[in-house]
Amino acid sequence: MSTDTQTLPYTSKTLSPQVDRIGLILLGIGVVLVIAAYIFEPVRASFDASILYLFMVSLAVGAIFLIALEYITGAVWSVPIRRVTEFLAGLSPFLILLVIPLFLNLHDVFHWTHEEAVSADPVLQAKTPYLNVSFLFIRTAVFLGIWILFSMLFIRNSTSQDVTREASLTRKNVRLAAIFLPLFAISITFTAVDWGMSLDPHWFSTIYGVYYFSGTVLAAVSAVTLIVVLLHEGGFLPGLRRDHFYSLGALMFAFVNFWAYIAFSQFMLIWYANLPEETFWFMARWENGWQFVSVLLIIAKFGVPYFALLSQESKMNTKRLKIMAVWLLVAHLLDLYWLVMPTHSTGATLSWVELGFPVVGVGMILLLLSWKSKRYNLVPIGDPKLQRGMDFHL
Amino acid sequence: MKKPLYGLTALFDTPDALMQAVDETVKAGYTRYDVHAPYPLHGLARAMRLKPSPLGYFALVFGLLGAVSAVGLMTWITLVDYPLVIGGKPFWSWPAFVPVAFEITVLLASVLTVVSMIVIYFKFPNISHPLHDTPFMKRVSSDGFGICIEAADPLFEEARVRGMLTSLGGKDVGPVYFDVEDLNHGQKVFDLKFVGLLAGVGLLVSIITYLGLNVMLYMKPFNWMMEQEKLKPQAASALFSNGIGMRPPVEGTVARGFLPYPYKGRPEDAGRYLVNPLPVTKPVLDLGREKYLTFCSPCHGNFGRGDSRLAGQFPNPPTLHSDKVRDWPDGSIYHVMTDGQNVMPSYAAQVSRDERWAIVHYIRVLQRAHHAKESDLQ
Repeated sequence: MSTDTQTLPYTSKTLSPQVDRIGLILLGIGVVLVIAAYIFEPVRASFDASILYLFMVSLAVGAIFLIALEYITGAVWSVPIRRVTEFLAGLSPFLILLVIPLFLNLHDVFHWTHEEAVSADPVLQAKTPYLNVSFLFIRTAVFLGIWILFSMLFIRNSTSQDVTREASLTRKNVRLAAIFLPLFAISITFTAVDWGMSLDPHWFSTIYGVYYFSGTVLAAVSAVTLIVVLLHEGGFLPGLRRDHFYSLGALMFAFVNFWAYIAFSQFMLIWYANLPEETFWFMARWENGWQFVSVLLIIAKFGVPYFALLSQESKMNTKRLKIMAVWLLVAHLLDLYWLVMPTHSTGATLSWVELGFPVVGVGMILLLLSWKSKRYNLVPIGDPKLQRGMDFHL
Repeated sequence: MKKPLYGLTALFDTPDALMQAVDETVKAGYTRYDVHAPYPLHGLARAMRLKPSPLGYFALVFGLLGAVSAVGLMTWITLVDYPLVIGGKPFWSWPAFVPVAFEITVLLASVLTVVSMIVIYFKFPNISHPLHDTPFMKRVSSDGFGICIEAADPLFEEARVRGMLTSLGGKDVGPVYFDVEDLNHGQKVFDLKFVGLLAGVGLLVSIITYLGLNVMLYMKPFNWMMEQEKLKPQAASALFSNGIGMRPPVEGTVARGFLPYPYKGRPEDAGRYLVNPLPVTKPVLDLGREKYLTFCSPCHGNFGRGDSRLAGQFPNPPTLHSDKVRDWPDGSIYHVMTDGQNVMPSYAAQVSRDERWAIVHYIRVLQRAHHAKESDLQ
């Protein structure tokens, strides 16, 4: 394949200023609600903040994973939409803003930070070499550092390729991807353990990291699909065909099934072994109204999307994809709520406190997209694989 | 004899060119044609104006069949045929069924869908096709994208079709003929040779299986330890005239450690002549305590007061702390254990000689504990 790139008739377009405005308004409303939540119900707000952090990590780090996956497999179909994924990966530096409130409220959320409780508990004492605040801080800082570093390197190489059109930049990114993927596996697993599993410090499940990973990729693919479909409808992304949408839909469908597979594996092993130190985690999610949330989660994250995305036609139907992308993002939020919230409240309740956090997330993403679209092209016009990506056939 | 024409084939380099050729073929009104590609081409079915394949419904039906039969089988086994408590779970534990049901569903759906495709669309048992073993088929199964318009099409005219395929950029446009021998041969599946080969393979596999399972499996790798040249209890033996393997001791002999008790029915003599051979040491007392608690306490009570947990359901034995028993010599207590007294049977079979003597020491300890002297308390 020749490395000289064909110049596409691409004129850079910026998103409508409305995106900026809506983003700002949402962010403003969200921040006010979040501050109110912290004033009136600080403990619940802290739990909601960890849900938001895990959700935004899913989007940002999942997007870096998708970029790395494209480079390491030499995929061509996703090249025309890669810039959208890169914009989403550009969320990584802002994760720092989201993790700061968590560290300020560790005591409210994590039982293992209570020294008097740990000193009376031999199980928690044995876990202190891992579960202590300074090590948690180091881990989080290292992981954030890895994510920010790699997202910036990927994006820098990719965007400078728009100008220089050098194929060597692609090879650099392939090498970066090879380094990043194992680091991704480690960092996403321990992030899940740190901010999800250690909420119940007595409980353990070795599949927990994979469980979070499955939801993470699902959320990132859904977010990319949603933004791509919206941009496609607005005429911002030229030359996308049914084959591209089919691939996005197939990825979504695959990870819906993967999530269900992992979720059921986790449940079945714990149910089968029936050890009290493991089953109590599921019992907490099968009592006091949480059983309805559990059933709803199965329907929302597996039942409905499975049938909605099963047929070949539905994966090419942009309207269907748009709806299912939003649906799956909400389902992932529900999943995280189901993972985190039972630790805080034994009864399943929805409070106004929850409201502000997703709004902040949406506002952040809109502002980020608008800002990035002003700086960069919406299509990686210098990528040597772009033409092949445009001509992509299944 | 001239070979009958099957159709005209043409090869294309790219899927797009093939797509275009298909489009033109459909527009020209041809209906009997087929398309070949090394991998599935999405969009081809649309270009050929094909109706959605009904095979999906086959998969659905077979999948449901698999799911229903798997769940039904496991339900019948666990509820009806062999209800077994596993891990304290309910008989009908559906989470355990999910993996099995999933596997059976996928297995039946995939295998039976492929089988029905072969039977319905490939017209099994017909196993020959004019395109087999042609250069055309070799290309389309590696790197070419081909189309074949059949001579059976009502609009088929060789020159016109050849012209159209060439103008579309088709390469190697050429005819494919039926194999006359094939045509006259009929079904090859029922050929004697083929059927004979199948039968031969079946026979060979059966013989190997029989030898493997019934002969090789029973060859002895070494002398099994469980099959030793000795007689087990209750086993028959041809060596003895009465056929019984177990032998009573020879008359007038005494087995080691089984001296007969000389004072049977003579408690006074036992009290007079028998002396406790065991010293009063901690191990002896511990042994006595253990045996007392095992064999004596069910009636006499843990402390020899005759207040056991059987009280009321069984004749109560008298206390062992009475003056009579305390004044007995050791031999008399030993005699009661060995020979029995009133309703108490002999315990000689359950408790060995030494153990009985140890129990005697322990009973003395209990008696002393109940009638402790001033000096014991200091």
